[in-house]
Amino acid sequence: MLIYIIRRLLVAIPTIALLVIAAFCMMHLAPGGPFTSERPLPPDVLANIEARYGLDQPLWKQLWDYFVNIVLHFDFGPSFVYKDRDVNDIIATGFPISLTYGSLAFLAATLVGVALGIAAAIRHNTWIDYFAVSLGIAAQALPNFIMGPILILTFTLWLGWLPGGGWNGGQWQYLIMPVIALSTSYMGSIARITRSSMLEVMNANFIRTARAKGLPQRSIIWRHAMKPTLLPVVSYLGPVFVYVLTGSVFVDLYFSTGGLGQAYVNSALTRDYAVLLGVTILYGALTVIVNLLTDLAYAWFDPKIRY
Amino acid sequence: MTRLTRLTLTTFLSAGLAASAVAQETHPETGDTLAADQTFTYRILDNISSIDPQIVEDADGSDVVRDLFEGLLNQDENGELVPGVATDWEVSDDKMTYTFHLRDDAKWSNGDPVTAGDFVYAWRRAADPATASPYQWFISLMSLENGDAVVAGDMAPEELGVEAIDDTTLEVRLTSPLPYFPQMVVHSTTFPSPQSVIEEHGSAWTSPENFVGNGAYVLTEMNPGESIVREKNDQYWDAENVILDKSVALIINDENVALTRYRAGELDMTDIPAGQFPRLRDEYGEEAHSFPKLCNYYYTFNLSESGPEAFKDPNVRKALALAVDRDIIVNNVMAGGQPPAYVFTPEATAGFNAPETEMAGMTQAERDAKAKELLAEAGFGEDNPLSFDMVYNTSEAHQKVAVVLSQMWKQKLGVEAQLSNMEWKVFLEERGNQNFELARGAWCGDYNEASTFLDLLQSDSGYNDGKYSNAEYDQLLEDALTAEDTAPLYTRAEEILAADMPVIPLYHYAGVYMIDDSLKNFPVNNIQFNWYSKDLYKAAE
Repeated sequence: MLIYIIRRLLVAIPTIALLVIAAFCMMHLAPGGPFTSERPLPPDVLANIEARYGLDQPLWKQLWDYFVNIVLHFDFGPSFVYKDRDVNDIIATGFPISLTYGSLAFLAATLVGVALGIAAAIRHNTWIDYFAVSLGIAAQALPNFIMGPILILTFTLWLGWLPGGGWNGGQWQYLIMPVIALSTSYMGSIARITRSSMLEVMNANFIRTARAKGLPQRSIIWRHAMKPTLLPVVSYLGPVFVYVLTGSVFVDLYFSTGGLGQAYVNSALTRDYAVLLGVTILYGALTVIVNLLTDLAYAWFDPKIRY
Repeated sequence: MTRLTRLTLTTFLSAGLAASAVAQETHPETGDTLAADQTFTYRILDNISSIDPQIVEDADGSDVVRDLFEGLLNQDENGELVPGVATDWEVSDDKMTYTFHLRDDAKWSNGDPVTAGDFVYAWRRAADPATASPYQWFISLMSLENGDAVVAGDMAPEELGVEAIDDTTLEVRLTSPLPYFPQMVVHSTTFPSPQSVIEEHGSAWTSPENFVGNGAYVLTEMNPGESIVREKNDQYWDAENVILDKSVALIINDENVALTRYRAGELDMTDIPAGQFPRLRDEYGEEAHSFPKLCNYYYTFNLSESGPEAFKDPNVRKALALAVDRDIIVNNVMAGGQPPAYVFTPEATAGFNAPETEMAGMTQAERDAKAKELLAEAGFGEDNPLSFDMVYNTSEAHQKVAVVLSQMWKQKLGVEAQLSNMEWKVFLEERGNQNFELARGAWCGDYNEASTFLDLLQSDSGYNDGKYSNAEYDQLLEDALTAEDTAPLYTRAEEILAADMPVIPLYHYAGVYMIDDSLKNFPVNNIQFNWYSKDLYKAAE
């Protein structure tokens, strides 16, 4: 098991390096650069600025220096666009914010989604089932960019209960709307997966055996059906966890939360190379770790799986 | 919180409010009763590039910097120059040497005096290649002695034509007698910066805990993606006349969300999304503002080698320009009080008299008839329709305008225009390399003078993406640099543009904003939109 974990982590290093190289190449292939502006800079000025950020070096050298700085100094370089800040600083302020509302949204989506799915499966073809299914579909069908403005209209303008945006150190009032907006569509998917998985499990032979033995329904569901039901859910949750953290651009856009999602998209639009690479590495590393955790979780849920 | 403490607190707070309401004076000039909470909250689109005066390059950033630092001169609500750190100035007979006299009571927020040396340091810093300022070119634009050489790294920054004669006297030497030079020292690039602080903290000097400025406000919070907060600076020389305690910029990317938050009372000012002005005007009356802004919106023809042959014929260009019904664009598409444009330079620009162009004097029916005539003369008609590509940078409003344009041309002239949009940086790259046929363009003036626009179409201008070239036009602008009276030169230059039609002017921008009734003194008549929080105040509702 330990050897397995170590091996997976070692494989992660070349994976992330490849990811960086790919991102680096794509970035430089895109037309325009960080200093392309409406008023073209005079050649002298542009040369000064490029020299300052090392962009006058050949590409392989830029990439090499980048790796060296990370490995030796854990320095991800300066932002080319936000001149007062460097990448470490941008990640250090943005990531905790994304992590906070992302984790909460993940938790909400999982708990509510699984509960809804199980309720629907157990009360198959009753009103609870129909309610859960339609709620799940509605939640899944509602795109984020509609959800955001609707929430703000409702809770800020009409009801006046919640501030329309901002972070304020993560006070609870500021968390509610981002978490709802981010979690609903995942909640819908999780409910659907849980429901169909549970329905399948409840028809399996070992459940029939359990019933034949006369076990009470509660014990059948919690002791025997739960783990196999959650197996497909867990494989879905792994990527979702990374998505809620990385796919939170719209939350940052609509709720001015200041998370990393907006910084990431902006860095691509403004060709802020260092920020783009830095956040790519972070997300890459996160994906690797979460995938590993998901695989380890499998072993717990399904004793047939061994590493 | 227990009920008792809440009660005590409420009592305490309301007592406090009541006390301050009593203590609240009225505004010394207008007599308005001042609101107890003097906080101004407004929306900006995105994070600002920097709060370092020599580095900042975006308009929203400059608004913040104008509060945190004070330059030699400021602008009043009409954009007229008023004293800043300098109380007055003299200019030599050849108009090449300016001497600014600085007030002796100006202080940095750490209590140090603001001296002429701080300006010298800042200007050298802006020009110094080591600073790598994106506004380094502004030093060249100012025509400072040795400016170009310092920018190019051929001379030391110390050679720059700016000198502290003593602590309160600053001498500036120019290489040409720019008539609008005093206007340029209102720009943030020319603001002083605190040498000792920058040397101590390096690039971290701009973080709130290290920040030192000489403006009416100091930076107290910088929350990327969320907000920027500045609060009154007690060390400011005129602090006793500063009423607004706090100025807060909220970063809200989506303008409709910002509008919702404005309606919920969270903002005092926000942009009105394109097309929504009439509805908001009906609903909110005077709170919906539209005022002219120093920016233009146009389409530029590619007149270079790589451009289409058809565009080399001025009649084709004129026909396309004539067939555009600008009233439909400004009234139905933008609908925010934008003035239609028949000349390149916004008519509100100081010292600019727009010529009476033929196009402006016609009715739209006459224009359409003339357009058909010109296009037929150029050899295009039903059996040989004119066809070209037009490109704009991705945005909903630009798309609407482009669609309307192509429809007008199609219906009136049978012209086939294929639309495409590009992401901003790609767009700039393609337009800059003349990989286009007809492209959107827009420009906001760097200073309030016609040359800031007309220079763009000079043959060797780096911004002249259409590669328009006219010797007489170039000469007029060259002459304007030293002319006593520039107005006739600029008028003549516009006449040449009207005859050659290298660009299709569509409209001039308007600032279209919701401004809460309680916010007073916002300088809606300052066409450059240079506003200072220190001049604003909030009246009690």
